[in-house]
Amino acid sequence: MEILLVLAFPLAGGVTLALVGHRRYAAELNSLFSLLTFIAATRLAMDVVDRGSFVALDEFFFVDPFNVFLVALTAFVSFTTTLFSRPYMRNEQASGKLSANMIRLYHSMFQVFGFTMLLALLTNNIGIMWVAMEAATLATVLLVSLYRTPASLEAAWKYFILCGVGIAQALFGTILVYFAAERVLGSGGTALLWTHLYGVKNQLEPTVLGLAFVFLLVGYGTKVGLVPLHNWLPDAHAEGPTPISAVLSGLLLNVALYAVVRSKALVDGALGTPLAGNLMMGFGLLSVVVAAFFLSRQKDVKRLFAYSSIEHMGLTTFAFGMGGPVATFAAMLHMTVHSLTKSAIFFTVGHAAQKTGTQVIADIRGLIITNPTIGWGLLLGSLAILGMPPFGVFASEFLILTTAMRDHPWATPFLLIALGVAFAAIFGKAQGMVFGDTTAQRLPHSPALIPVFVHLALVLMLGLYIPPYLAAWYRQAAQLLG
Amino acid sequence: MNLPLSAQLINLMAALLLLIAFAMLSQRRILSLIYLFAWQGAVLSANTLIVAWTTGQTHLYYSALITLALKVIALPWLLHRLIIRLNIKWDVETLINIPITMLIGIALVIFSFNLALPISQWAETITRGTLGIAIASVLLSFLMMITRRKAVPQVIGFLAMENGLFFAATSTTYGMPMVVELGIALDVLVGTFIFGIFFFQIRETFDSLDIRNLEKLKED
Repeated sequence: MEILLVLAFPLAGGVTLALVGHRRYAAELNSLFSLLTFIAATRLAMDVVDRGSFVALDEFFFVDPFNVFLVALTAFVSFTTTLFSRPYMRNEQASGKLSANMIRLYHSMFQVFGFTMLLALLTNNIGIMWVAMEAATLATVLLVSLYRTPASLEAAWKYFILCGVGIAQALFGTILVYFAAERVLGSGGTALLWTHLYGVKNQLEPTVLGLAFVFLLVGYGTKVGLVPLHNWLPDAHAEGPTPISAVLSGLLLNVALYAVVRSKALVDGALGTPLAGNLMMGFGLLSVVVAAFFLSRQKDVKRLFAYSSIEHMGLTTFAFGMGGPVATFAAMLHMTVHSLTKSAIFFTVGHAAQKTGTQVIADIRGLIITNPTIGWGLLLGSLAILGMPPFGVFASEFLILTTAMRDHPWATPFLLIALGVAFAAIFGKAQGMVFGDTTAQRLPHSPALIPVFVHLALVLMLGLYIPPYLAAWYRQAAQLLG
Repeated sequence: MNLPLSAQLINLMAALLLLIAFAMLSQRRILSLIYLFAWQGAVLSANTLIVAWTTGQTHLYYSALITLALKVIALPWLLHRLIIRLNIKWDVETLINIPITMLIGIALVIFSFNLALPISQWAETITRGTLGIAIASVLLSFLMMITRRKAVPQVIGFLAMENGLFFAATSTTYGMPMVVELGIALDVLVGTFIFGIFFFQIRETFDSLDIRNLEKLKED
């Protein structure tokens, strides 16, 4: 029942806001729908804690500890993003960058985007998962070009074409999985259901599944932003409105990675070789290293943190690729803390860019003088994302690195160098933005900074203490993924 | 070889698809490109119908119908209206000249058949021989997207790629389950609408639909 509510609230929100999204109360309505979704998602998560995994509605939906933690995270970050976007979008409208119609499009598509991500996570059917992933691209592509500037149009076009082509590869992978499964499970619906596929994964034809995984990894990997398929990501993050950057970076990348990881668990069972894990480790490591070296060259603050997202998704992919209970636990923890931290950073960066009227790093100065909370938020957020203790990113990166040292010692120097380079690049730039003389001015609508500190507090807590039920989820999920 | 009539017909359809894919690759006029896309949809729909009739898979009748409605009528009509509304007269510009593109295309076809060989030997469908052609048409559409400069041919390449994937699904598995196919069709339709909106936005901003305008965001 909760599953239907989790999906019904954002869908209803999308329809309602398509009608009244330009009204004065639309931002509050947006938050309300997201809050209801979040409450339903929490109840669903509690259900899973009590009952364990289950399927629902004629096996159409499937909930286990792995996807329910992502559902809760997605609903939570969507909700806090709506709180942030309320003053942010009003400021954008007040400055004349956006018309009422564009605000309506934004509100409606924000909810639809949430719906597609939750559907991709909750569905049991790999075909529907593909449809939902593609719909997530479609929902956000017009938001990336919301400002109608030449740069934003280019970013949206690139996003659309690259993710479209990428996702077409994933469709071919899905067809191959169906082809292999149909021989075992018979034609009809069940050959596309995760629950049935996992049951027969040892009997699936290895050559076909190996090829299928390559296509699935390339396809969904484009959406994760793995190098060399990452070209769309920095542009889309930099040119779209900041709330969209926050949810793209904090949520969509996770959902795409979820699809890859689920496929890996299936393919591992069929192949009996570490092919899938090795491919993921290769792509992951390449992403970490390339993104880290691109960081220092960035001049635009949102591009900077977009590259940081590529780096962290690469690290998570690497950890999932290593496999084993500890690495998978660490990867899921890293997904969680990266989402929370990165969206918090985008919230502060959004307001900072509004206050100074620019996204160019060199022109953002002295945030701590004009608005201490934004300054501190950005400073703490940067420290957290760079893996400074006692924040949660430190814990997950530490686990990933120690596992890598034990199982794949050759990879550790690359990881350590990349993390060091990233530290130097981001910390140097963040310091410049936070301290020094200021050019910032007052905004008509005062920024909402509570979400920033709530996120950072959660990340801090996860670094010091992981609540027992969360640890149990991670462990169960790690067990499921093998 | 003594194949049953239906299998011969399916092979004929596959050959036609490959021919159309190459014709699209060599086509310089944008209007002809849209007609070719419609023809591709028609062949695809006919092929699905033959498979449905031979194997008695009822859901394939519906997907043949959806293909006919969407890819032969709706999408070409939309694209046609778009280029009239946008008043596009110019020809297709390519990055690589057409003979070289065709040669790359031939190499891609050989590669596809090699790729398909290990998979199709596991297939039990009567259409299994055509998987190589399905992969080839996906890759040829991909090639078309890469080598074209303007937005509209790129989009047609994208849609042709989806056609190739659909053909792959029919030739390996007799099509995906209905609910998935409906979802894919919906995505394609919405995607085309968004492309249309994009064309207008790009035109408004740049006064042209040349993709070269969209290559400004680079790493410095």
